[in-house]
Amino acid sequence: MIEIKNLHASVNGKQILKGINLSIKAGEVHAIMGPNGSGKSTLAQVLSGHPAYEVTEGTVTFEGQDILDMEPEKRAHAGVFLAFQYPVEIPGVSNSYFLKAGLNEIRKSRGQEELDSMQFLKLLKEKMKVVEMDHSFINRPVNEGFSGGEKKRNEILQMAVLEPKLAILDETDSGLDIDALKIVSAGVNKLKSPTNATIVVTHYQRLLNYIVPDFVHVLVNGRIVKSGGKELAMELEANGYDFIKEEMLQSA
Amino acid sequence: MAETIEELVSQEYKYGFTTDIESDTIPVGLSEDVVRIISAKKNEPEWLTEWRLKAFRVWKTMEEPRWPNLKYAKIDYQSISYYSSPKQAKKLNSLDEVDPILLDTYARLGISLTEQKRLTGVAVDAVFDSVSVATTFKETLKEKGIIFCSFSDAVHEHPELVKKYLGSVVPYADNYFAALNSAVFSDGSFCFIPKGVRCPMELSTYFRINASNTGQFERTLIIAEDNAYVSYLEGCTAPMRDENQLHAAVVELVALDYAEIKYSTVQNWYAGDKDGKGGIYNFVTKRGKCQGVKSKIAWTQVETGSAITWKYPSVILQGDDSIGEFYSVAVVNNRQDADTGTKMHHIGKNTRSTIISKGISAGRGNNTYRGLVSIGKNATNSRNYTQCDSMLIGNKCSANTFPYIEVKNSTSSVEHEASTSKIGEDQIFYCKQRGINTENAVSMIINGFAKEVFKNLPMEFAVEAQKLLGISLEGSVG
Ligand SMILES: Nc1ncnc2c1ncn2[C@@H]1O[C@H](COP(=O)(O)OP(=O)(O)O)[C@@H](O)[C@H]1O
Ligand SMILES: [Mg+2]
Repeated sequence: MIEIKNLHASVNGKQILKGINLSIKAGEVHAIMGPNGSGKSTLAQVLSGHPAYEVTEGTVTFEGQDILDMEPEKRAHAGVFLAFQYPVEIPGVSNSYFLKAGLNEIRKSRGQEELDSMQFLKLLKEKMKVVEMDHSFINRPVNEGFSGGEKKRNEILQMAVLEPKLAILDETDSGLDIDALKIVSAGVNKLKSPTNATIVVTHYQRLLNYIVPDFVHVLVNGRIVKSGGKELAMELEANGYDFIKEEMLQSA
Repeated sequence: MAETIEELVSQEYKYGFTTDIESDTIPVGLSEDVVRIISAKKNEPEWLTEWRLKAFRVWKTMEEPRWPNLKYAKIDYQSISYYSSPKQAKKLNSLDEVDPILLDTYARLGISLTEQKRLTGVAVDAVFDSVSVATTFKETLKEKGIIFCSFSDAVHEHPELVKKYLGSVVPYADNYFAALNSAVFSDGSFCFIPKGVRCPMELSTYFRINASNTGQFERTLIIAEDNAYVSYLEGCTAPMRDENQLHAAVVELVALDYAEIKYSTVQNWYAGDKDGKGGIYNFVTKRGKCQGVKSKIAWTQVETGSAITWKYPSVILQGDDSIGEFYSVAVVNNRQDADTGTKMHHIGKNTRSTIISKGISAGRGNNTYRGLVSIGKNATNSRNYTQCDSMLIGNKCSANTFPYIEVKNSTSSVEHEASTSKIGEDQIFYCKQRGINTENAVSMIINGFAKEVFKNLPMEFAVEAQKLLGISLEGSVG
């Protein structure tokens, strides 16, 4: 589904990603772990096309298409979704208006008919059930005044409505208490299918108890330094990132 | 992306066409004789000619205000023509007699003056250059005792009302531009809602400046007697011209006991080109007097046009328990300058005022909010709430806020909130990540920002205003 080759990226002239290689097939869940500041969010932003990040080398092919030159909205139309680590507030714009606009743009780009307000509301309510979100959020302004946990849940709601092919969840677990974590993970699991894929970016192993990855990659200093199965996450949890760093030093 | 910005910014002002119509325009220049000529052309009674002359004499002694945060070339008041009217049959008995070219002009502006085609619920007075050319629904309104006509007609048909209220809210010596307007005003709308009547439809005036080198000086007077209610809308456009044109209007509102007046404006005068060439200089005095107890006046304005805007719709809260409101969205783009805000003068007891101002600056635009809240000694238990938010798009524009507050008693309170935000790359990216393109994202974010103001506009106007906002800002974000 997505093929990342030798990806280098910088922000404000500072090199952050230093040669990422990653290949993800439909149906798979990949976890990307790593210490703070290692470049996890940068990778997520680069894949979805944030203009502040400059790709200096490498390629990203999504479903056979080179996406690095595509505008972010075109990538969204193609099926890339990012659940933001820090969801953005849009005062005065209701959650449902925002999401309906996004969904209809995506549908239009695929030659599907746009949903009218009634059809959309029905869909939205169904999806709200999946993440157990109160209907009062329908008309509240996007993320404004939401608690940290509510913002994260709102991201997953958006994902549920937009049904992306590739979902990138950036630290979706941070700010969630254990009950919310279970609900959100259950939601993500429910949306999983053989035709879509998920990248779970996280700092802690905790989330991976609920969203079980097929592969775990460790990102340190802009490079994937280790990949493995779900046991790797346990190992990291037990020994911290330092053991990887040591391993790297020894092998160097 | 820069390419699309350029394309979008250079999008033409859609109302910039001129109408080729024969007009009766007096030579440029201003003197007592010119004031007399205007008055004579309008066949005015002696007292009004005198009133104009008094205003002119005061104006000559006054100086153009220099305190606004505006930059514009000095206006040469002797190079402007103070009267222009489209030539048409002297007295119109029905709309059928209006010159079809004029009807067509308004049709192109999206205003149909043919009554049966008119959206139900809106009566229109159309002012072309200096003169009111048509007023629709006159008869329907008359049945309720409502007077809605051109100012000139009111002078002849209801002189006692005009005499009683003209200048009662904005005296001719009030300020430089009000004095100028009082001397040379040409026409405008007059509206009177008698005791206990709720005006059943929106009343609307559409102003159009067409002739070149002409100033437009209209005068609007709205009176709501005890327990009366009216919602009034004002729209305006002008052709694109390389030279600046002067617009100096005066609007006076009077609300008696328990009366309510809602006055909404969507101001879309030509703003000049992207380098700041041409455009309207808009110097307007708008003031309402809540004369009666529990009366209410609400100003709502969406300001997107004009090269220069100088405008402070105000409310004098004289009656006890009266309410004044001001909701404003002011947008500046390219080289536009706006200095706008409101004044709330609390005089009566338990008076309340609310000010919501949303300033949006893009391009090299410069947006200033200037507001005064004064609560007098006898205005006990009065309250004001002010919220001034500014949004900046890009980094070549600016926003300023000058709130002045004077409270002269201890039982009153004022609350002021202000914020400045920058439309962020992150907000736009967030929208784009959800599939929404830059243009729609900007329009969505801006409309969200201005929502509290839009919800105070009548429905059709709100839709128009939202579109307008999108158009005036298109391409200002990269
Ligand atoms: N917009 C930015 N401007 C400057 N530095 C940035 C920006 N975004 C990220 N960085 C820097 O890039 C590095 C990687 O950040 P990030 O990708 O957010 O890490 P992670 O998500 O793994 O914690 C950090 O040193 C961070 O400070
Ligand atoms: Mg991060």
